[in-house]
Amino acid sequence: MKILRELGEFIKMAGGMFRKPENSKMYWKQFMLQCNDIGIGSLGIICIISVFIGAVSTLQTAYQLVSPIIPKTTIAQIVRDTVILEFAPTLSCIVLCGVVGSKIASELGNMRVSEQIDALEIMGINTKGYLVLPKILAGLVTIPLLIMLAMVLGIWGGRLAGTAAGIIDPSIFDTGLVMAFKAYNVYFALIKSFVFAFIITAVPAFYGYNVKGGALEIGHSSTRAVVVSCVLLLLADYILSALLL
Amino acid sequence: MIEIKNLKKSFDDKAVLKGVDVIFDDGKCNLIIGSSGSGKTVLMKCMVGLIKPTSGQVLYDGEDFVNMNDIEQKAIREKIGMLFQGGALFDSQTVEQNVMFPLDMFTGDKYSKKKERVKQVLERVQLKEDAYRKFPSEISGGMQKRVALARAIVLNPKYLFCDEPNSGLDPQTSMVIDKLIQEITQEYNITTIINTHDMNSVMEIGDHITYMHQGEKEWEGNNKEIILSENQKLNDFIFASEFLKDAKRMRTIQETGEIPKDMPAGVKDAIEEKLNVDLDGDGHIGNPSKNNPPSKE
Repeated sequence: MKILRELGEFIKMAGGMFRKPENSKMYWKQFMLQCNDIGIGSLGIICIISVFIGAVSTLQTAYQLVSPIIPKTTIAQIVRDTVILEFAPTLSCIVLCGVVGSKIASELGNMRVSEQIDALEIMGINTKGYLVLPKILAGLVTIPLLIMLAMVLGIWGGRLAGTAAGIIDPSIFDTGLVMAFKAYNVYFALIKSFVFAFIITAVPAFYGYNVKGGALEIGHSSTRAVVVSCVLLLLADYILSALLL
Repeated sequence: MIEIKNLKKSFDDKAVLKGVDVIFDDGKCNLIIGSSGSGKTVLMKCMVGLIKPTSGQVLYDGEDFVNMNDIEQKAIREKIGMLFQGGALFDSQTVEQNVMFPLDMFTGDKYSKKKERVKQVLERVQLKEDAYRKFPSEISGGMQKRVALARAIVLNPKYLFCDEPNSGLDPQTSMVIDKLIQEITQEYNITTIINTHDMNSVMEIGDHITYMHQGEKEWEGNNKEIILSENQKLNDFIFASEFLKDAKRMRTIQETGEIPKDMPAGVKDAIEEKLNVDLDGDGHIGNPSKNNPPSKE
């Protein structure tokens, strides 16, 4: 029952976002600000985790492929496909759920509790359009870009680790990377990243925007936002994989 | 002018407003007083549209705000300024940016013109220039209230709502804020509605006072009449205030001719000065050493 009520409230909030802006310049400014917060703000953590994920996947793949009849290029192929299909979009987005999701939920929650949202409403500003929509749009623009970067860095990290550990020669790794490459995998990862970007921004925005109470409730809503968006993200990952692969 | 007609609001089965009728005039400081849970905050929120009333009307110069569509409500809201209890300043913006925000959003003015207007209102609320670049967290509570007041009046509103403007402030700063609100109200001839339970404010700026009790309007009058009121519920409420308690006692003294021995001379003088009345009949208003002339009352 609660899920249905929350779904109804979410749809209502989403419906309220699409109204004529009071001042397009201010909305654009807010969008750019959010692009900076979500995109540039998450750049560091995405770079770090991608490189390490790629590196670890190379080492573990090499550890499991002990048969001499399997060519070394297979390591690069496996690293490439796992990074593109799963590690870069899903793992990065789960981290972004924590980084971006909790920030959005606590920021909006604090604005709600300290009556900043009420102040905007009284000025005659559509707060759903001004505060929530730019966050979702910024996520839809920047998160897929971050995922693409994560793909590149993940593969580069794998190549680096393979070379450093003496497992695979860089030229063999590069040969493996282009072997049996399916561009569809990248499209699939991008489709996932758009869906995940929506979940990462819209779910925390919903919980933050609808906080009632004080500081304690901001913490609760932030935690709930991260948990719910993580679960939805994994569910969406499964559904998209089942439908599109 | 804002007119409230038979305004009712219930949350689930609990009636919070039980049919309130009141008129708030232009150019006056209209105070809504009452104990916690009396419905004064809900009344104010219904008036500005943050809560939709169950029934009744809120008329802004004759136009019913409750039954307006979104676009019409937006037009009214652009004429409203509101000072929130906690200031509600945007944390991520400086003092200057906070005050400039409504101008950025609703005017197409050049930056220099907006900056000039911001400076003008910040000077009006007596805020020093060195605070302009600071963030809300870097300034005192009193300064935050002044910034919030500056933001509320920057677009020259027709209606000014103040929710507990003195909460969390020391008595001296409270008086400064009260005075500012009163001056701005008279200067721009705006309709000001203040939600408070600060009795100093009631006596200082209460041109029109509405006392709320359990969701109903229990009493209304001005700051002179409140002392003479025989309403028991109002008396119970205001007797919590030392100042009004003494003022009431002074009225009793005037009527009975008996002055309680335990009342300090300083209190007597302060009350006389506040009310501008020679209550103890010593031929002076307040401290005799000041040689104030007696009142005609």
